[in-house]
Amino acid sequence: MSARGEALLWSAQRASAAVLALCVAVHLATMMYAVHAGLGAAEILSRTRGNALWLGFYALFLLAVVVHAPIGLRAVLGEWLGWRGRSRDAALAAFALALAWLGARAILGVFL
Amino acid sequence: MSVLRVRVWRGGAEGAFQAFEVPRHASQTVLDVVTHIQRVLEPALAYRFACRVGMCGSCAMTVNGVARWTCRTHVDKVARGDALEIAPLANLPVIRDLVTDMREFFDKWARAKGQFSGTRTRADDFARVAPQTPARRDVDAAIECIGCGVCYSSCDVVAWNPDYLGPAALNRAWSLERDERDAARAERLRAVAGDAGCHACHTHMSCSERCPKGIAPTAGIAGLKRAAARAALRGKL
Repeated sequence: MSARGEALLWSAQRASAAVLALCVAVHLATMMYAVHAGLGAAEILSRTRGNALWLGFYALFLLAVVVHAPIGLRAVLGEWLGWRGRSRDAALAAFALALAWLGARAILGVFL
Repeated sequence: MSVLRVRVWRGGAEGAFQAFEVPRHASQTVLDVVTHIQRVLEPALAYRFACRVGMCGSCAMTVNGVARWTCRTHVDKVARGDALEIAPLANLPVIRDLVTDMREFFDKWARAKGQFSGTRTRADDFARVAPQTPARRDVDAAIECIGCGVCYSSCDVVAWNPDYLGPAALNRAWSLERDERDAARAERLRAVAGDAGCHACHTHMSCSERCPKGIAPTAGIAGLKRAAARAALRGKL
């Protein structure tokens, strides 16, 4: 990959890490607060379905994960397995798509 | 007189430690110990030194598992009881005993475009650089490198990725990136960005922890990452 591509990937990973820091904190705090008195699946779904604000929040969370995780995995594959070049990037693009697909299914199931 | 029990690496990549007993003295340096072994006990021992005062960067070795400049390392500070283990620097091919092949280390300085690229001729006046500017201060913080290889030997990323330019070469590139007189900064950023350059650094900071000159290559590498990101976003990388 070109120097520019590498630098842009690094920037994307930094930016997505900043989003994740916020999203993970909000996600954990909300879960602890929401279930502290005990909650069932039906009650959770009754609260989340149709809530556009939380839908937007988790869509942003998912986007940050889809950007962040494959770039981090890219370095792990290069350094630990010596896997570099186009095949690695193609595999990671497929991994990113899989993350996006699975995450989108979960979000749509909970919020729509 | 007390005695130091010293184990010294003998051989090349394949080899073994050889044990010696060396008289212990006050204010004795690790280089004094190696020199005693070579002059008195084992004349065939190969090691490298020149200035003995922390300027030349040629005497670095691995002492009790940690890369150090041996001429300025007192035995009292690093010996475990009366035991010393002295090995060649890690991450570099061993030529023989305590001598490593530093060619790749310095070739990487060239690959990182570590040469100053000026625009003035001898007919021009001196460039005047204000000493208090942030850029000039960054240069001051990075410029005292003696090329000893301690940082390179201590870096995990060098061990994992043999193409990685390493902390010393990137620190040199950073000192030129911040030099307002240099005319090759864009080209240099291209040379040091990417998987073999500054973006491979994991910020473990072993280089900054162990640099005998107190330089923080990690800070310079972080600066290179920011500069490369800015250039990439502007389409200038």
